[in-house]
Amino acid sequence: MDIKIRADKFNFFYNETMALKNISMNIFKNTVVGIIGPSGCGKSTFLRSINRMNDVIFGARHEGDILIDGENIYDKDIDVVGIRRRIGMVFQKSNPFPKSIFDNVAYGLKINGIKDRSYIAQKVEKSLQDAALWNEVKDRLSKSAFDLSGGQQQRLCIARALAVEPEVLLMDEPASALDPTATLKIEELIHELKSKYSIIIVTHNMQQAARISDYTAFFMMGELLEYDITSKVFTKPSKKITEDYITGRFG
Amino acid sequence: MNKKEFGQFMGFNLLRMCFFIVLLTLAVISFDIISKGIKAINWEFISTMPRNGMTEGGVLPAIIGTIMVTVITAILAVPLGMGCAIYINEYANNSKITRLIRMSIRNLSGVPSIVYGLFGVVLFVQFMHLGTCILSSGLTLGLMTLPWTITASEEALKSVPNSYRYGSLALGASKWQSIRTNVLPYAIPGMLTGTILGLARAAGETAPILFTGAAFYLPFLPKSLFSQFMALPYHLYIMSTQHHSISKVRPLAYGTALVLIALVFLINFFAIILRYHLRKRRME
Repeated sequence: MDIKIRADKFNFFYNETMALKNISMNIFKNTVVGIIGPSGCGKSTFLRSINRMNDVIFGARHEGDILIDGENIYDKDIDVVGIRRRIGMVFQKSNPFPKSIFDNVAYGLKINGIKDRSYIAQKVEKSLQDAALWNEVKDRLSKSAFDLSGGQQQRLCIARALAVEPEVLLMDEPASALDPTATLKIEELIHELKSKYSIIIVTHNMQQAARISDYTAFFMMGELLEYDITSKVFTKPSKKITEDYITGRFG
Repeated sequence: MNKKEFGQFMGFNLLRMCFFIVLLTLAVISFDIISKGIKAINWEFISTMPRNGMTEGGVLPAIIGTIMVTVITAILAVPLGMGCAIYINEYANNSKITRLIRMSIRNLSGVPSIVYGLFGVVLFVQFMHLGTCILSSGLTLGLMTLPWTITASEEALKSVPNSYRYGSLALGASKWQSIRTNVLPYAIPGMLTGTILGLARAAGETAPILFTGAAFYLPFLPKSLFSQFMALPYHLYIMSTQHHSISKVRPLAYGTALVLIALVFLINFFAIILRYHLRKRRME
């Protein structure tokens, strides 16, 4: 399988605190990678390192490399804005903008310089369909995004991320604030999106990780302790501590 | 009544008393000025020059002077203050130096206005050779208003959640695109309101214009930005403390006070209307 993302001896610091230690892993095309681990283990930090969203944090610095299609995203000459366009992100707390549903999805297209209205309309519809939201909102696209329910807002954020045609989708506990029905919808969605994107999803929910991911990475104290095919991690983990975490003995 | 209920009763009533004391003071001042000032107000009062050593006639030059000075103040303080706030809040690192600068700006808004007046004399009137004129006074008031404008604008920017900034950055927006399209539209109403309230305060100031351009008695309209001028707050000060027959011009002084308050109220009212419209537009 083709490697999409490759982390190579990646270290990350918030001021003097080391948040990620020597992370090396390959993420393949068209797979879903679930990242699990106790709170504060570096899962989200790792996710944000992949689209360089950690840049906005004062006092953050890194060592080592992360490569996308063989290209080092921490290269000096790299276009960070371009990287973020290629790597979509869905945040833990859904963050619709105070705009209409349509304008939320169109936002990414507009800031990337697309002006063709019919193309934008087409793309908005397609993205909302891909995010399994179209049927629920097609009659009220001009209404505020804040009128949507929590689950719908999160799917709107996914649609917004899909609209700019990313290659990778990073999801930071996208279903943590949602009820079981909404969670199921998001999980089905992830399953469908995998044919087009590589997806990395952080989750606190073991069953969710087991259900949706092809590969599972177990992080602890900033280290990657285990990374393998999901069925193997959940049935025959190579480390005792992984088993303890998965079975709920700590964490 | 048990102890808990008594505490509740006392707390509530103490707070309510605070509220009524403030309300009462405001009501007394307003009533005093309006009841005494309204007699002096008529079309002649706001449309003619003062006559006969300011014992008769109107306050037209003072109204015009105050408006012109406030416009100069706005031209200096609004863009500069907003730009500065955007830089501090969005671009500057949260280092010790920026915190120090931010603290200094907050402290500057507490500097007495007379100090700004003296500074204005040194900088604009003498060093820049602008002389005592509308421009010098406007610029001095502009400097005085800047800390206000910056602080108010910064608060408005802070009230925009970071998730808007991160959300747009994650979609591939540049920092400036993110600020322009996903931060400023939501901060502008608050920024403008705070700024306009600062201008309203500047319009009512006496000390900064005292040395930099306001004149005692000029029964004609200013010819250019380099003319001396009459201003409502200074006119009021003269009428109530410096005039040769204070008791005779007392009604005119009250009239002047009412015009000044009305002008400040008008500016504040404009701020409210503006904020309402900007908020409404944003919701659509």
